Order: sequence, then C-alpha cells, then structure tokens
Amino acid sequence: MTVFILRRLIQAVIVLLVTSVIVFLGVYAIGDPLEILLPGDATAAERAQVAASLNLDAPLPLQYVTFLTSALTGDFGNSFVFNRPALTVIFERLPATLELTITALVLSLVIGLPLGLWAGTRPGTLVDESVMTGSILGFSLPNFWQGMMLVMIFSVWLGWLPSTGRGDTGTILGIRTSFATWDGVTHLILPATNLALAQIALVIRLTRTGVQETMPLDFVKFARARGLSERRILFVHVFKTILIPIVTVIGVEFGSLIAFAVVTETIFAWPGVGKLIIDSINALDRPVVVAYILVIVAMFIVINFLVDVLYSLLDPRIRGRA
Amino acid sequence: MTAPLLKVQGLKTWFDTPRGMVKSVDGVDLELRRGEILGLVGESGSGKSVTGFSLIGLVDAPGRVVDGRIDFKGEDLRAASPARLRELRGDRIAMIFQDPMMTLNPVLRIGTQMIETVRAHRKVSRAEARAKAVEALGKVGIPRPAERIDAYPHEFSGGMRQRVAIAIALLHEPDLIIADEPTTALDVTIQSQILAEVQKLAAEMGMGLIWISHDLGVVAALAQRVAVMYAGRIVERGTIDEVLDTPRHPYTAGLIGSTPMANVRGRPLRQIPGSAPPPLGRPEGCPFRPRCAHATDICRTEPAETLAGGHGWRCFHPLQDAEVRP
Repeated sequence: MTVFILRRLIQAVIVLLVTSVIVFLGVYAIGDPLEILLPGDATAAERAQVAASLNLDAPLPLQYVTFLTSALTGDFGNSFVFNRPALTVIFERLPATLELTITALVLSLVIGLPLGLWAGTRPGTLVDESVMTGSILGFSLPNFWQGMMLVMIFSVWLGWLPSTGRGDTGTILGIRTSFATWDGVTHLILPATNLALAQIALVIRLTRTGVQETMPLDFVKFARARGLSERRILFVHVFKTILIPIVTVIGVEFGSLIAFAVVTETIFAWPGVGKLIIDSINALDRPVVVAYILVIVAMFIVINFLVDVLYSLLDPRIRGRA
Repeated sequence: MTAPLLKVQGLKTWFDTPRGMVKSVDGVDLELRRGEILGLVGESGSGKSVTGFSLIGLVDAPGRVVDGRIDFKGEDLRAASPARLRELRGDRIAMIFQDPMMTLNPVLRIGTQMIETVRAHRKVSRAEARAKAVEALGKVGIPRPAERIDAYPHEFSGGMRQRVAIAIALLHEPDLIIADEPTTALDVTIQSQILAEVQKLAAEMGMGLIWISHDLGVVAALAQRVAVMYAGRIVERGTIDEVLDTPRHPYTAGLIGSTPMANVRGRPLRQIPGSAPPPLGRPEGCPFRPRCAHATDICRTEPAETLAGGHGWRCFHPLQDAEVRP
C-alpha cells in the first residue's frame, strides 16, 4: 500500500508539472493582459512600468521559471484584477462551488440509485420505461436550457424558490455554508438540481444496467436457493456488486460536475469559482486562471486516488494486487 | 413402508418464448426416500436441471410449472406461497450448483454468506451463526475452518469452493439436497473426493439426495436409484442394478453403451445415432423415435409407463434381457 501511495504521489507531481506548462503557454497565447489592464491612452513609459511590475517584460521561459519557483512556496502571484494573492481569491470562492457540486452529487445518488434499482428489478414494465425515458431527457436536454426552465417554472411562474445568488450563509463547524440558514437552502435548491439532473440520469442508467446484468448471475440464484429474502439479495448481494462501476464513474463525474458548475453558476449567479474563472479569462487575469486550473487538477488527482482506494475496499479481488 | 420424502407426479415446466412453447419438463414422475440417493441422468437440454429448479420454485421467467404435483413431506409445494418456499429453501431443501466459481458472491466473505444463510432461517446471534458455519466448514473437510471463514471466494480453489457450497447446503441439515452437476466443473481427483464426502454425509444425516448429472459413471458409483431423462420425460427409472444391467429403453441402453467402463476394454464406444431433438421441434409420440432402431408406427403415439416392481420404462418395444448383455 505504501508503494502504491508513493507511486501515485510521484505521478501526481508529474501531472501537475506538465499541466502548469500547458496552462502557462495557453494563457500566454490568449492575449496580452496589458491591453485590458491599461487605459487606451497609456504612454509607452506607463506600459513598461506596469509590465515590469507584473514581471511581464521577461522572456517566456524566465517568466515560467519565476512562476514555478514562487508557486512551489505556495505563491501563485497576485490577481491582476483584485490585486490580492490568486490562491486566496480562489479559496474564497471554492467553498460555494464545492457546496453546490457536493449537493448535486448527493442528490444524484439519493435519487438515482433508488430509481435505478426500481427500474432494474422490473425490466420491460411501465416503471422501467418511464424511468428510462425520463433519464434520456436528463441526458440530452442541454444543461443551460434545463437551468432556464427551472428558473422559469419555480421562480417566475410558481415563485417558490429564489433564482439568483447564494443567499444567507451561516457557519457550521467552522465552515461557511448555505445549509446553516433556510434562506441559504432555498437558494441552493435550484442550482444544485440543475447541476444534478444529468448526473441523476447517469446514475439511474448505470444502476439499472448493473442490476439487470447481475440478477441472472448464478450467485443470485444460489442466494435464492439458500432462502435469502429478495430484499437482502438486492440490497446486499446485487448492490455491493454494482457499486464498483458506479463508484468509478461517479469519481470521474465529480470532476466534470465542478467543470459544469461554470454553466450553472453563470445562470444562477452563484458566487463560486466557475463564475470567477469565466470573469478571469475575460479579464486575462493570468495568475488566477493558472492557479484555478492547477487547483482543479489537484482535486481531480485526489478524487481519483480516493476512487482507487474505495474500489479496492469494495472489490476484494483487487485488494491483493494493489 | 414409510412415506416417500419427495413424490413428484406429472411435473410440467414450460417456457413461453416468442418462438413457441418450450416444454422443458413434460410430465416427470420422481420418488425419493430418506437416506436415498437418486441419480437424475440425461444429456444437455433434457430438462434435468429445470426439473431440479422446479422443485424449489426457482424456475426463471418465462418458465412456469404448469402442471403436476410436488409432495414434500406431505406438503404440496406447488400450492405453497412464495414466502413458504423461501422458508423451505436453504433450510429443508438445499441446492448445490454446477459451477463453484459462480455460485458464491465474489465481493462477500464466505463467512458473511454462511452467516446470512443461517440467520435467514433461525433467530440466532451472529456469534452462534458463525460457530455453526465454522462447524459446517470443518465437516466438509476445509482445513482451519475458523480462519478460512473470513476468506473471500477467490481465495479458494475450485474444489474447496465446491466444498464451501456443500457446507452451506448442509448448514441446516436439510431433508433434501438437489445437486445440479456439482462435480462437472472439477477435475477427476477432486470429483471423486467430493463424491465420497457427499455419499458419507448423506448417509450420516439420513437425507434424500437428487444428483443431477450427465455422467452415468458418476451416478452408478453414487446413487441407489436412477432416473433417465430424455426430451423432458423420464424414459426409464429403477435401481442402479436394474437400469444398468437390464435396461429396457433403447435410449438407456445407448447411454450405457456410450459410457466408458473400466471393466470393458479395447472396444470402441457405441454412439447413439442422430442428436437430441431441438426443444421446439420434438416429434410426437415417443421423442426418441427418430433415433431408435426399434421404432415402428405405434411409436407415433405417447408410450405409457410400464412398471415391473420399482423398474419402470416408457417404451413400446422394451429390450429383452438377451439384447442387452454385451
């Protein structure tokens, strides 16, 4: 296990290094931030002064080396726009996004797993067909359109739920969260649902397919021959078997939830990192963009690591080999 | 004379498929006493496994037991509710399957699977259930059972896994065990060990055992009585000696002729000409008619069972003693 973790750590460092190079080059290619930061009538002297203060006058490889050495000490530079450390700006916004994505993930499991089990145990019935048709809608209707419809129905027509912003937050166990206040929760419902819809559809399909593939297996028949109840067969024997592929896919999908949060946060004016990154790209705020992407990559690495650990916990056949 | 443990009459299990009605089991009669081992022999597709599953109400859709009576210790199992059948399964009637690689859930410890089997039928603590499971593992010859109970199925060899499956079947000392080709997937040495073990345990516990197999040799070594199945019907039944020494049905004789026997050497095995009829295209009357050298026009009608003592056969032209002896 130690060797496994060590190997993963080395891989993680390499991935982060390569990503930093690609992102650095990519951001450099987008455009010169001076064009946006300086007023149109700035003199050449002013230009040179700002460029020097932001270290933008050095050659590119040198800029990268400077960036890398300070990044290793945790300093990703100051945001051009906010004039505060880029990492601080990101970490201020990150909890809002994580709150949104984790809520969406929990929703997708809480709704998707039971529906998938329900449909899976009744193949070809009306229940199965309805759940499957619903999940196709969840998949194929564009995310932004679903968001707009949610706002239209629940905020505009019914007036039940607020459609923009995060609402009041409170502190639970030292973390600022919307769950602490009712106002916060009502603000969370629509964006979290919007983010969760496609995931719910995915979880339903994975679960249903898993159930239908597992039910005809011999060990299920043997479990019946042993006199076990259908409940125990479904919730212990079948469920534990299909959890293996579900955990794998959910892990990967959690990353894409954070990515899709960009769309949802824009529709619902949610003050998370998704909205921050869009604004930063528009403002060519290099330090924030680079730091953001590296933070996301680091999160992906951590999630994948957790998935691998979970995977070996769920499947004893892998445990010996890890 | 004691009442039989199990008495099956006219059992019919049909599968309603889009291409037509598949009559997998089409009028099967069986009888089994306590402490007796009955071999149910037939080739693939003859309906012997479906017969086994029909007895405990585990026929997969679209299959259905459409007719017949299943008397188990005086109780009509066809009339039993699903809840009652679940109670009986694993408790009074246990089953052992063909492939030990597939019958245990790979992601659960064998202890978990044994304990849940105990607790599905008895209100006992986990510790008691575990003790019972360890005891059962020891009984079937698993070394260091108290340790091995925490292992996962993949940590056992095929033979050991089948022993685990047998231990699970024995947990509640059932009255009846249905074994569906339990040694087919094992190599010959392991097979004979398991056979000896099962024979011993069945005798010790006084339970009835139905041993489903395509291997007449295995059945001859194990069972007291045998029923030969062909195309969904029992074509001949009787004691091992009656059926093997004086087979009346040409199909039985063909099976015997095609089985390698240690005492007859240097002679090529005989084949039964043709192949078993497809499940949807079975001929009327005697299903063996197209492959039978003795067939006449009367074979187009359904042969009834002729009984001579315990020896019964369904044939219009039963073989005479003289024809049988090799």
